[in-house]
Amino acid sequence: MRAALFFMLVLVAPAFLLVVPAKAGAQEDKVVLKDAPGRDKAMQCLACHSLDYIQMNSRFLDKAGWTASVNKMINAFGAPIAKEDVDAIATYLAENYGKPAPK
Amino acid sequence: MDRRSILKAAAGALGAWSVRDALAVGSMAELGFAEIPDGALAEQLLHALPGKVPLIKKTYRPPNYETPLEYFRKPITPNNAFFVRWHLAAIPQVGLKDWTLAVGGESAERELRLDFQALKTQFKPAQLTAVCQCSGNRRGLFEPHVPGVEWGVGAMGNAVWRGARLRDVLQQAGVKSDALEVVFDGADHGALDKTPDFVKSIPIDVALDENTLIAFEMNGAPLPHWNGFPARIVVPGWTGTYWVKGVTSIKVVAKPEKNFWMSAAYRLPRGRFKTPSYKSQVTEANEPITTMVVNSLITSVKNGERVPRGKPLEIRGVAWDGGAGIAKVEVSTDGATWTEARLGKDGGRFSFREFAHGIPTRDTGALVVMARATSTSGETQVNELIHNPAGYHHNVIQRLYVEIV
Repeated sequence: MRAALFFMLVLVAPAFLLVVPAKAGAQEDKVVLKDAPGRDKAMQCLACHSLDYIQMNSRFLDKAGWTASVNKMINAFGAPIAKEDVDAIATYLAENYGKPAPK
Repeated sequence: MDRRSILKAAAGALGAWSVRDALAVGSMAELGFAEIPDGALAEQLLHALPGKVPLIKKTYRPPNYETPLEYFRKPITPNNAFFVRWHLAAIPQVGLKDWTLAVGGESAERELRLDFQALKTQFKPAQLTAVCQCSGNRRGLFEPHVPGVEWGVGAMGNAVWRGARLRDVLQQAGVKSDALEVVFDGADHGALDKTPDFVKSIPIDVALDENTLIAFEMNGAPLPHWNGFPARIVVPGWTGTYWVKGVTSIKVVAKPEKNFWMSAAYRLPRGRFKTPSYKSQVTEANEPITTMVVNSLITSVKNGERVPRGKPLEIRGVAWDGGAGIAKVEVSTDGATWTEARLGKDGGRFSFREFAHGIPTRDTGALVVMARATSTSGETQVNELIHNPAGYHHNVIQRLYVEIV
């Protein structure tokens, strides 16, 4: 039921997404992800946790590391993220919150 | 960062301890450690949850908040400053009238349903002082970094716990001879139905240990909501993951508990640490974390501090371990010669033990300050990190640099 509600909120009416974190406190709204391609898909993370989890784990994971994290959310925690979104989310995270490229 | 670059960074800090560095909330470089990930340092801030003083916010939801260093200058951590750690975002506010504790399982003779009054009055209360430390305390200091909550040094606290002995409650239910583990569940759950509920088990012999409690008081007061009101499991010496908060169900079982939080999370590579084995949970690949490793924290000095010459520099802090008790804490200014510090009042083998030692400051120049705790079982802190993928058991000797001026 809760999962179904999530689908309604996130996939059917994305505008409602901004309402979800408000339940956990207005403070959480201050955490904003960098504006870049893939951000909207990465916002699905909000279903289970605040976005500061992403900043907190930066910047030391490469794309493989972020892919493993996203897959853990799906496989271990049941996040309803479509398989075809995994690459876009991991790319967004690696580019914006990933390990800096070696100079 | 390797040791040489830490030394270099520290030397830089000695030269110019900038305002920006001094203002960073929960900086670990300030404590002479490798710094937490830059994203974590930039994101964290002081924020007060209802009923709490401002703590170092790591994440809002689920709430993960670290206790700032200053609260470890006393051996008992106040309830309103005690760290907060939750895995799952749905944490119901439990009313005392609604709360019941179900005790049963296939290896219990009978089922019990205890309300709060019954828990408090049907069993002779026991009281002890014990450190509750997150398995991943200091994970953020790992080099290379590993994913997870990037804790600094404050995912721990020491409190006086009062409650019913788990043993007495289990004996009222009756423990069958095939009992292997005791399984705990709390009122919390994930935002999604599919997320594995946070359920943990301990070996039957640990459950029957006289020191394992169902605590309903913390430092003489009800447990804060964020720390497991109205009752939590207290497993002295074992890492916090087993101290299930807001406990609602206790089951005695004959088979190993296999849920995600036991079989996949909180695992260590086999044989890498000398902590006790939780035999029924060991697999070929790994084993569950069990007791805490010996550790200490210096609370009186900050990295890069300038100290006027002449007056002895007082090195103070706390030390703790997995339940053997602290035998000694030694202090060094060169890493070669060590001097025993004075130990504070003995709060029992599960408690923080304070230590203090005055270092002479006859000459100007840079000094390295180190503290090394040793338990009564002979275990001591390590020089180099014992790396492991989930970032547990960081007990590397702290190295702080001060400048005598």
